[in-house]
Amino acid sequence: MSNDGVDNGKRRFLTLATSAVGAVGAVGVAVPFVKSWNPSAKAQAAGAPVEVSLDKLEVGQMVKVEWRGKPVFVVKRSDSVIEALKNTKHDLKDPTSEKFPEQQPAYVDKDVRSVRPDVLVLVGICTHLGCVPQHQKETEVDWGGGFFCPCHGSRFDLAGRVFSGVPASKNLEVPPYSYTSDSSIMIGVDEGAA
Amino acid sequence: MTKMAALMQWVDDRFPATKVWNEHLAEYYAPKNFNFWYFFGSLALLVLVNQILTGIWLTMNYNPSGEGAYASVEFIMRDVEWGWLLRYMHSTGASAFFVVVYLHMFRGLIYGSFRKPRELVWLFGMIIFVLLMAEAFMGYLLPWGNMSYWGAQVIINLFSAIPVYGADITEWIRGDFIISGATLNRFFALHVVALPMALLLMVFLHIVALHKVGSNNPDGIEIKKNKDENGIPLDGIPFHPYYTVKDIVGVAGFLFLFCLVIFFAPEMGGFFLEPPNFTPADPLKTPAHIAPVWYFTPFYSILRAVPDQQLGVVAMAASLIVLFFMPWLDRAKVKSVRYKHWSFKLWVALFVVAFVILGYLGMKGPTPMRTLVAQICTVYYFAFFLLMPWWSTWGETKPVPERVTH
Repeated sequence: MSNDGVDNGKRRFLTLATSAVGAVGAVGVAVPFVKSWNPSAKAQAAGAPVEVSLDKLEVGQMVKVEWRGKPVFVVKRSDSVIEALKNTKHDLKDPTSEKFPEQQPAYVDKDVRSVRPDVLVLVGICTHLGCVPQHQKETEVDWGGGFFCPCHGSRFDLAGRVFSGVPASKNLEVPPYSYTSDSSIMIGVDEGAA
Repeated sequence: MTKMAALMQWVDDRFPATKVWNEHLAEYYAPKNFNFWYFFGSLALLVLVNQILTGIWLTMNYNPSGEGAYASVEFIMRDVEWGWLLRYMHSTGASAFFVVVYLHMFRGLIYGSFRKPRELVWLFGMIIFVLLMAEAFMGYLLPWGNMSYWGAQVIINLFSAIPVYGADITEWIRGDFIISGATLNRFFALHVVALPMALLLMVFLHIVALHKVGSNNPDGIEIKKNKDENGIPLDGIPFHPYYTVKDIVGVAGFLFLFCLVIFFAPEMGGFFLEPPNFTPADPLKTPAHIAPVWYFTPFYSILRAVPDQQLGVVAMAASLIVLFFMPWLDRAKVKSVRYKHWSFKLWVALFVVAFVILGYLGMKGPTPMRTLVAQICTVYYFAFFLLMPWWSTWGETKPVPERVTH
């Protein structure tokens, strides 16, 4: 067979066009494979809100509850701690939560990071690599108390704000929550949503 | 022609059996001056076979679900006949894999086995190393102990350092808001099907590339430069039977140590199987002291040494990526440590020291002093590679012999 009359330009075009259509098809086929890795309907349904009663919570104490399978810390803070938190700005990476505003709902106080100053609610997962930090009372340690992550040594104050010089960059996350009465909160429901 | 020869002829007319046997074994000429460093390639193959075989048998009794995984591993250990041995062969095999692979890579480093024309051999090998790390990491989640759980939590959260999409990507990897049975199930699928297939393919390519260019040797010279009238390298000997027999000696020595661990110290004092992993996974309680298995700890130390999350992840990734560039970083005139300037030995010795210290620190909890030491070692780790184009040209090299030495 001779090459006379072969239109190479047409051949190149047809090769390119076939490849392009094939690539679109490949991307389309990839969608179900990729999407099947997302949380299933069952996993999403398991993320129901959790109610926590504050009746028995003493000042300085912490309770741990489970919400969406994650630990949530509820801490009652004393007046002196609240005062100290308002006045501390140095040594913190993000003291007023301006760098990473997504770490808390818009309706919490910028300094003490809670709806009511005495009750702190935090997702108990270190923002570095996801370990559960340990609660350390202000009376137990000399750095004002807060949360210490045993995995990589990150420290957070009693508003969940991250200290300078530790691996974590973001403050601990404040989950959406709201007061259902004076002495109980609903974790997972935004303030004003109910 | 005998009946056997006739049968072989029948096969060879339809499939290149004799041709492949000759090209890769009976007439594959390897340098005659291999030393013990050359055991570790074939030992890695042996461990791979061990992992695949024991792994298949473990899946016969393992249950990849959040409710059943931990109990099924205990079931294998207590109630399945010889199940304890199969599991210890598999768990010890994982550590043994990294022992032989690290030694195999070190051999390449000191004899310059990654230099031209063996760049692709090195690159395929590096891909195998990364796949092996993924395989080990996913396998470590399967016993569903508390260290499995939190180790996976930490490693998956490395991806949360990715700007903007980090949180969505970690959720996508886990298939849930936390690590759950969904995560366990997909890791099981990847660990027993997808990654082993990828590993086998890469091992095949690694060997095909090696056999195209021929093996390096402790002198770092090319035996193909000196051939006899039949085109056979004068310093080459057929891989089979010479090196198959030699490798059997390595296998015997390896199995002696391997069995010692399996039968007398299968947990290796917490190095191979960590104590917190004898407690079932608990999403609400991180073990007081969390550390990866020993073979990941040097890289883990680099991650921790950087006091910023994103940069820490970048540094850890970079510590692996930089290894891929070895063939183009070494600018020395000779390949082998035998003929290099003495400063090479110093750089390599310090590198080994830094790597071991990083590995040790990765097992320990963080203190300011340890973090400082880790930072110094991390700086050296990167200096070793990034400054290599410069320091590898230092000093006089010794004259390289024409033929291999003993």
